[in-house]
Amino acid sequence: MKRVESELITNVEELLEDKKIGFFMGYENGSLPLRTSPCFVKEKEDVQRLVWNCFCTNNLSVYLVSLIPELPAGTKVGILCKGCDSRSLVNLIVEKQLKREDVLIMGISCSGMINIDKLTGNLDGGRILEVEENEEEVILKLDTGEQRFSRKDSLYESCKNCTHPTPSVYDILIRVGEHAPKSVCPDPMIAKFRQKERLERWQIFERELSRCVRCYACRNACPNCYCKECFAEQTKPRWFGLSNELSDVLFYHLVRILHQAGRCVDCGACVRACPEKVDLRLFTRMLVDEVKERFDYEPGLSPNDSHLLGVFSTDDTQEFMVEVD
Amino acid sequence: MKEFQPKIVVFCCNWCSYAGADLAGVSRLQIDPNFRIIRTMCSGRIEPEFVLSAFEKGADGVMITGCHPGDCHYISGNYKTLRRYHFMKVLLEELGIDTRRIGLKFISAGEGIEFQNTVNSFVEQVRILGPSNGAYKE
Ligand code: SF4
Ligand code: SF4
Ligand code: SF4
Ligand code: FES
Repeated sequence: MKRVESELITNVEELLEDKKIGFFMGYENGSLPLRTSPCFVKEKEDVQRLVWNCFCTNNLSVYLVSLIPELPAGTKVGILCKGCDSRSLVNLIVEKQLKREDVLIMGISCSGMINIDKLTGNLDGGRILEVEENEEEVILKLDTGEQRFSRKDSLYESCKNCTHPTPSVYDILIRVGEHAPKSVCPDPMIAKFRQKERLERWQIFERELSRCVRCYACRNACPNCYCKECFAEQTKPRWFGLSNELSDVLFYHLVRILHQAGRCVDCGACVRACPEKVDLRLFTRMLVDEVKERFDYEPGLSPNDSHLLGVFSTDDTQEFMVEVD
Repeated sequence: MKEFQPKIVVFCCNWCSYAGADLAGVSRLQIDPNFRIIRTMCSGRIEPEFVLSAFEKGADGVMITGCHPGDCHYISGNYKTLRRYHFMKVLLEELGIDTRRIGLKFISAGEGIEFQNTVNSFVEQVRILGPSNGAYKE
């Protein structure tokens, strides 16, 4: 990882020096162990703050739409993109929220992000002093000794089933030992869910979402959710009540999931943002699979794509029409 | 016991299906009085919010109607509706909801009889399903 980090830092230094970019978005160490936070680097002195490790989970593309209009015209933004982040970025270009020439994409072929809960949930106590990682393992050095975790088993679900670990579009690519893409469709979790009885499926949906506290972090973490006025906050008309009643919560989620149809890249940022650990991916992934199975489309692979719901084909199925007898 | 009278919301686009409904009316075709029409300029205007909101406010069934493919006044609004509606059906169905309460039909301005038959069949279908209890669940 040290090699990747120094490659990253050298690249950014050069880019800033040559004025190829106005500033760079990457990650720095967070205030708690195993955490990183987004890091915006403008000056060369700050470049050393940049880090790369298996905890760089944020999807940085989420900042682009609100940030770029604030910058002096012509400023190019450098951004560090994992596979999924780059797809979000490309989707923003497809949706005409961003111009390709406004960004310089520093791609990183990703080997998957580690779910911190899977580490901290299995600690024998002790304070984390240092973290090391290699291709197989994550090693936590505690004041009580050392604990090793298999990387493969500790990945986030979205990373375990990642279809495109290497960025779809980039200007510079940093290679890490990338894990082989798994394009299983439908996702095993979805295939299992589909087999359940109708009532049980609904109960799972209700049970998951009954934990939701309506903080909207899932929306705020998602690069697709750039709407200036989200339906959740519209007042004319107000679509659903502001209470924590299940029916209001479900309304928000059903609509959010539907707004993701044909756009969600399964990056998992929404799931990681959720303080209640609601398994949102179970529901967005259903539509991701439907999009793939039915329309053979994966969003965010090429800036020249057309938005799935913005175009049509005369072959589109009409199987759900009302039948007249 | 009195027969259950479902409340059905029918979204009609201004140019075809609304005119179709109008034709059914002036032709004095007999239609179950269980439906209320909401007119939009195009079926492409109908967002998932509209449909879910109708259910939340107590509708027992929701039908979206628009022009036939190729006839949309705005060229392709109905095709976009078709895709959006497709995802709505798939999602709700996978989540275990009986989506027979949601319908889509293309009806032209000249198809008064088609409008009559569609609404009547849809009302009958929802009548058999029973009240939706204002929730999305079955
Ligand atoms: S939930 Fe829908 S309306 Fe709200 S920000 Fe996301 S896409 Fe926009
Ligand atoms: S809905 Fe979640 S998984 Fe999908 S693109 Fe948005 S943040 Fe990523
Ligand atoms: S982040 Fe979690 S708790 Fe917050 S609104 Fe989304 S699902 Fe609900
Ligand atoms: S105007 Fe009728 S569907 Fe668009």
